[in-house]
Amino acid sequence: MSGGTSNFQSNSRIVNWIEHRLPIFSFMDAQMNQYPTPKNLNYFWNFGSLAGIVLVIMIVSGITLAMSYTPHTEYAFTSVERIMRDVNSGWLIRYIHMNGASIFFIVVYIHIFRGLYYGSYKAPREILWMIGIFILLAMMATAFMGYVLPWGQMSFWGATVITNLFSAIPLVGDYIVQLLWGGFVVDNPTLNRFFSLHYLLPFVIVGLVFLHLWALHMHHSNNPTGVEIKDEKQDTIPFHPYYTIKDLYGLGLMMIFFAFFIFFAPNYFGHPDNYIMADPLVTPPHIVPEWYFLPFYAILRAFTSDYWVYQVISLGGTLMSAKLAGVIAMFASILVLLLLPWLDRSRVRSSKYRPLYRFFFWVFAIDCVILGWVGGLPPEGVLVTIGQWSTFWYFFHIIIIVPVVGVLERPKPLPDSIAASVTGATQAAE
Amino acid sequence: MKMTKTLTAIALGLGILAGAGNAQAAGAGVKPPSQDWSFNGIFGTYDRAALQRGFQVYRNVCANCHSLDLIAFRNLGDLGYNEDEIKAIASSYEVQDGPNEDGDMFSRPATPADRWPAPFPNSKAAAAANGGAVPPDLSLITKARGAGGDSALRVSLFHPGGFALGADYLHALLTGYKEEAPAGFSLPDGKYYNEYFPGHAISMAPPLYEGAVEYEDGTAATTEQLSSDVTMFLAWAAEPELETRKQTGIKVILFLIVLTAMLYALKRKIWSDVH
Amino acid sequence: MSETANHAGQPTSGGAEIDEQTRRDFLIWSTAAVGAVGTAIAVWPFIDQMNPAADTLALASTEVDISQIAVGQSITVIWRGKPVFIRHRTPEEISEAESVSLDQLPDPQTDADRVVKPEWLVMVGVCTHLGCIPLGQKQGDSKGEFGGWFCPCHGSHYDTSGRIRKGPAPTNLPVPSYEFTDDNTVLIG
Repeated sequence: MSGGTSNFQSNSRIVNWIEHRLPIFSFMDAQMNQYPTPKNLNYFWNFGSLAGIVLVIMIVSGITLAMSYTPHTEYAFTSVERIMRDVNSGWLIRYIHMNGASIFFIVVYIHIFRGLYYGSYKAPREILWMIGIFILLAMMATAFMGYVLPWGQMSFWGATVITNLFSAIPLVGDYIVQLLWGGFVVDNPTLNRFFSLHYLLPFVIVGLVFLHLWALHMHHSNNPTGVEIKDEKQDTIPFHPYYTIKDLYGLGLMMIFFAFFIFFAPNYFGHPDNYIMADPLVTPPHIVPEWYFLPFYAILRAFTSDYWVYQVISLGGTLMSAKLAGVIAMFASILVLLLLPWLDRSRVRSSKYRPLYRFFFWVFAIDCVILGWVGGLPPEGVLVTIGQWSTFWYFFHIIIIVPVVGVLERPKPLPDSIAASVTGATQAAE
Repeated sequence: MKMTKTLTAIALGLGILAGAGNAQAAGAGVKPPSQDWSFNGIFGTYDRAALQRGFQVYRNVCANCHSLDLIAFRNLGDLGYNEDEIKAIASSYEVQDGPNEDGDMFSRPATPADRWPAPFPNSKAAAAANGGAVPPDLSLITKARGAGGDSALRVSLFHPGGFALGADYLHALLTGYKEEAPAGFSLPDGKYYNEYFPGHAISMAPPLYEGAVEYEDGTAATTEQLSSDVTMFLAWAAEPELETRKQTGIKVILFLIVLTAMLYALKRKIWSDVH
Repeated sequence: MSETANHAGQPTSGGAEIDEQTRRDFLIWSTAAVGAVGTAIAVWPFIDQMNPAADTLALASTEVDISQIAVGQSITVIWRGKPVFIRHRTPEEISEAESVSLDQLPDPQTDADRVVKPEWLVMVGVCTHLGCIPLGQKQGDSKGEFGGWFCPCHGSHYDTSGRIRKGPAPTNLPVPSYEFTDDNTVLIG
């Protein structure tokens, strides 16, 4: 890892004894203390560390919830309510965990869009970006399985709908769905394995986060100018105390936001139907996933047999069913992000110096919001058309606009260095 | 500062969108009028007298058909009853226990630790006794029929378009029966017309009428009064932690504001030498 | 905090700088203190959730019908998830228990202190050594050298009053709080 250099020294014999055998103190000193960080990071760079902290909060609250939760269809719902009513501070821990999932996605989505805006995915940070996408996928799987555990109506029907997606796979689809269920419907075996995996995946995420940090520390943080560090003395400051305190201040703000939902609107992100115990014989009139899945849900639903994009990619309906196309599109909408470092041909990273890309970035951001909005509404009337065009634009942006703009655009002149951009900004302001 | 504002706006925006997406999905049905519940808002608390009256309504009216599975007699302490009163209430109910040494199930008077006995042994029996419709359990009804009982955020800022408050819906439903369905509405046999029930044809007969319960505290038992009392009681049953939660929340947020202000001051101080 | 170290090492050049340094240190330590207190308070709910929950505490008492227990017989009932031994003692057992002198006992306690009515012995049937359940409840069980109970795990012998007489257990079998609500009923807890 190419962190900061450490001139770590200690007077403690115990510390030196350990250091001689496992150089963990100098490692931590180099990576967390001296670590040279661009001096011009703005508050959008807080969201990476925030996501890490929320992950820890989720793991701690999750482990404690698991101490009182029973993963059985007969008891799951009442065991959650027992946590809410009888377990000491159970309501607090459960609401932390429940709202923590939403906070986690808010933080991570802002983190991702920051990367998109400032071109943080570009060379030499491609693998850093790709690990991030895998973290997102693992988070989604974890969140989906976690939502099933309380065994409410939305848990059950959400699980049914999402697992049924795999039945779209030709030939082996039905077999795969049975494998996922461990039966012929979503039932006790499904709940058991979801609990098992929901407990496992967060630790996989922790592992991925370490790889993410390792890759980050190889080439250091990107920064709002997108210009690489040229002179460590001029361009950077040590991580501690500058960014530790800045991150802590950001953490304070986030905790206020978080606490507001936990204590005053704990069910704001949730759906009332999940306070009805799962009933395999009654489907709720309108099934919606949790909000953070809505854009992807909209993409899934956009693929109707008369959708022109479907007609084109399936060669007039001969290649695959609309159901399969929807499922592929939904997964592709995330996986295509893995290609972004190569789709973007521009040599300039930051949108600050790319007016045309910046315009399309905001169009794309709005498009994602529209997708989320459509995803939460019943697929009726004009909403279907809006959903379909937004889906089209999502892929069109990533596959066509990003490469074309990268080639055609004439970026504004870049500052000579991070230091130059900082002093330049000060002069302009005065 | 501009950055902070942008961030706050984005975070709030995402938060609102997140909830609003779900909210609109609920749709269907007439929006119930908002009531000024004592448990609304960040300082909200339950009204003990109303809770006890509402409990009386539940015992005498609702409990004939609706279970309250998640509530134990000991929970009645929250309503302001003392231990002896709770024991007395519990012992007036029989619960099944067993098996005894001979392997038989037997009945005994309930103790404070017992949960509220259900009116029917299982949902099939409940359906058979109620023309095919199972009366839902009422333990979580205000959370299951609208925005989680008390969402201060939704009430103050985003109520329009969001889920109605579960308590508002319940109160509107209980007082929303019409003697006759409007012209052109064909009401199936054995159903009743209710303005606020999704689809309007509800299986439950109008449960409340003036004087349905004689209140121990002498309050006039109008339909409106009965309905709002029992709604308060059921809101408590769904969210018994509400008062503790909100009071803890105020302390936690005040603490966080102080801590964050200190962190901000420290951040400014530490960064003052960066140019 | 390399800054701090540098400043501290320098000869004092002026009062203002020291003042500034003190203010900064004060802010650091007071913020750290407030943060530490907050963290400590926030940790508590996550530990407290492991304590017995409200429904567990509510089940803390058990009523037992003792009318069917003949003299010389014992029954075992469950109270708070633990076995409770209820023995209808014979006159010989009672006199044996009462006649033991206190200086022979590792954990001195008179029989009268351990019973409400001498013919009924009620105690928690969990060996005070490491939590096994002593033998002696059933006909034919080993009752140990003192005619009471014998713990097979590590060889603790209890007498007819449930007091430890021999073996590694440190104390007598504990007596729960109980009362006779009528002649035939014991309320434990």
